[in-house]
Amino acid sequence: MTGAEMVVQALKDNGVKHLFGYPGGAVLPIYDELFQQDDVQHILVRHEQGAGHAAEGYARSTGKPGVMLVTSGPGATNAVTPLQDALMDSIPLVCITGQVPTSLIGSDAFQECDTIGITRPCTKHNWLVKDVNDLSRILHEAFHVATTGRPGPVVVDIPKDVQFARGTYTPPQTAPRTSYQPKIQGDLDKIKEAVALMASAKRPVLYSGGGVVNSGPEASQLLRELVDLTGFPITSTLMGLGAYPKSGKNWLGMLGMHGSYEANMAMHDCDVMVCIGARFDDRITGRLNAFSPNSKKIHIDIDPSSINKNVRADVPILGDVGRVLEDMVRLWRATAKADKKTLYPWWEQIAKWRARDSFAYKHNSDVIMPQYAVQRLYELTRHLDTYITTEVGQHQMWAAQHYGFEKPNRWMTSGGLGTMGYGLPAALGVQIAHPESLVIDIAGDASVQMCIQEMSCAVQYDAPIKVFILNNQYMGMVRQWQQLLHGNRLSHSYTEAMPDFVKLAEAYGGHGIRCDKPDELDDAIKEMISVKKPVIFDCRVATLANCFPMIPSGKAHNEMLLPDEATDEAVANAIDARGRELV
Amino acid sequence: MNAQLQPTGSAYFIAKETEKPENHTLSVLVDNEPGVLARVIGLFSGRGYNIESLTVSETEHEKHLSRITIVTRGTPHVLEQIKHQLERIVPVHRVVDLTVMAQELGTGGALERELALVKVSGTGDARVEALRLADAFRAKVIDANTEHFIFELTGKVSKIEQFIAIMKPLGLVEVCRTGVAAMNRGPQGM
Repeated sequence: MTGAEMVVQALKDNGVKHLFGYPGGAVLPIYDELFQQDDVQHILVRHEQGAGHAAEGYARSTGKPGVMLVTSGPGATNAVTPLQDALMDSIPLVCITGQVPTSLIGSDAFQECDTIGITRPCTKHNWLVKDVNDLSRILHEAFHVATTGRPGPVVVDIPKDVQFARGTYTPPQTAPRTSYQPKIQGDLDKIKEAVALMASAKRPVLYSGGGVVNSGPEASQLLRELVDLTGFPITSTLMGLGAYPKSGKNWLGMLGMHGSYEANMAMHDCDVMVCIGARFDDRITGRLNAFSPNSKKIHIDIDPSSINKNVRADVPILGDVGRVLEDMVRLWRATAKADKKTLYPWWEQIAKWRARDSFAYKHNSDVIMPQYAVQRLYELTRHLDTYITTEVGQHQMWAAQHYGFEKPNRWMTSGGLGTMGYGLPAALGVQIAHPESLVIDIAGDASVQMCIQEMSCAVQYDAPIKVFILNNQYMGMVRQWQQLLHGNRLSHSYTEAMPDFVKLAEAYGGHGIRCDKPDELDDAIKEMISVKKPVIFDCRVATLANCFPMIPSGKAHNEMLLPDEATDEAVANAIDARGRELV
Repeated sequence: MNAQLQPTGSAYFIAKETEKPENHTLSVLVDNEPGVLARVIGLFSGRGYNIESLTVSETEHEKHLSRITIVTRGTPHVLEQIKHQLERIVPVHRVVDLTVMAQELGTGGALERELALVKVSGTGDARVEALRLADAFRAKVIDANTEHFIFELTGKVSKIEQFIAIMKPLGLVEVCRTGVAAMNRGPQGM
């Protein structure tokens, strides 16, 4: 079997149905093999970054690894952004890159780059295959490493002569390497300690993250069970939305920089915090030395380096969230007989915070408020089989605040890296995996232009994605920070020349819709849903709306800036000189 | 790279570091495959950790295992992070903080040795003095003619530092050092 044949065979043996890629000189033998088979469908993107984000969206919405195939040199360097994105958000992504022939490596050959060197810090692991007889083992190992433990991106770099060379193919084996043994099962004594601590809590809070989604649907189910059993309030990071349903009665809303007042106040004032598959990111904690000062912290994570990295855990539990939750639920049932009544005063306090209605905004009957647009989108799509992706910025936060998620794997967003341009190709990937579902990219006018070329790909594959642009003509989040930090000097955050998104959609062969009146919005959204081809929806929203509530830089959870307090003056003075350096 | 300027990476809400930095010696057992050293070094530079000394060599040929010895400096919190970050690297089998292990064993510190080659050139009194001092340090002469010596010296880092300092006025030409090799006392392995 040739190396190129092995690649396709390994894809089949690892259950791959779709891969996203772009051909080029150094991967032509693999493309030749793809041409001669029907089991694996190749999706031709327009830019390698699009392939990566599409594979991420595919992975995030299915729980299976996303696969991308790119050529050497520029193909590989264009893949770097999605690789780092997948690393930060723990997305299983297998990236196969072509490389110049082994004899030319190091000679500055045409389209040569040190792919392994460049991608080493932005992958979980990577391999350069120098011998065709290592190829199948490495490919299987790559899938194993990407999908087990804390998931992440991997790169397999295959020189062109290895793709032509003949060798022996070996099928996948379990646990292929001895040095890589992620710990899955949590330590039972620690879990007992955690359950006892939780049972004694007067002001507990559960804080869940993307790890719950990554662990699989069972983990989300167990999380819901745990909430029901304990009666604890629960909040989630941006990445964890959907693991616990928005309609659940114990739901506090998202926490963090643009999280809800009640979630952040509960985090600050709690006496026991249970962190489940989250990593105390700086957008979550606010000022670290003022973070939840009086609580005992239980931290469940599969990655030992996440524990005690930013915040000290009193009870660290190393293991897969799903397995640990299983033990936790079982132990709680067996041992903990906590009376839910002891939590009443805590819930009363939470009700007071909730009454501040921190996601409120002033409605306007002439101009569409961006929050209103997301709310209407939610109301008109919630009964449908809907998946949401986003780009990065204000619209992303409004989507997180105002769109309600009932199930895991329905929300695809670039959390850790904050990659503008993620949402459109991610929506494409989701749509390829779920051709019958409604897939919406809630976008900003600036972000969407970073990978807008994938509209062409969506048209080619009849992937009827809906790109819902909250168009305010600004890089809204950049402008918001300039207002907060830089005396309202709006340096290069306004886009003076904006494409006509309706014509653009039509030029690509899609459908374009524009709406700028609140009373026409519902009909326009319904039109968008009913059109069976890719749609760009140019939703003209209030240009100067800002995203609140907010924990200003350098402040603690209980020092949030609430929408009703966010006057121009308060915004200008929200961050002191020291906070300015931090951002 | 200064560990006291705590991870400016997670940087946005920087708290002042109150812990004191310490030197620790780590033993890292890895698969001897291409790029494994680059992974380890890249981790240190990428996350702003210090490398005071680094040695690496294949120690078990049949299993293709290499042992990397790293002397690093950081606060206890950073040192714990370094250990966990190293453990995340796929070809890494084990990471042992020899300094912590020695404290647990009650042996004071890990056994640490370094080898140095020291070239000294000179004539007359300086030459005689260099040879006399080398003898006192139990350094071996491994090359010589009438104008120079090359000494081979093994010992603790402090001993080698001292020897080099003494040789400076006596015609020191160049020094080559291996970095620290280390293991713990007692019958058990890492």
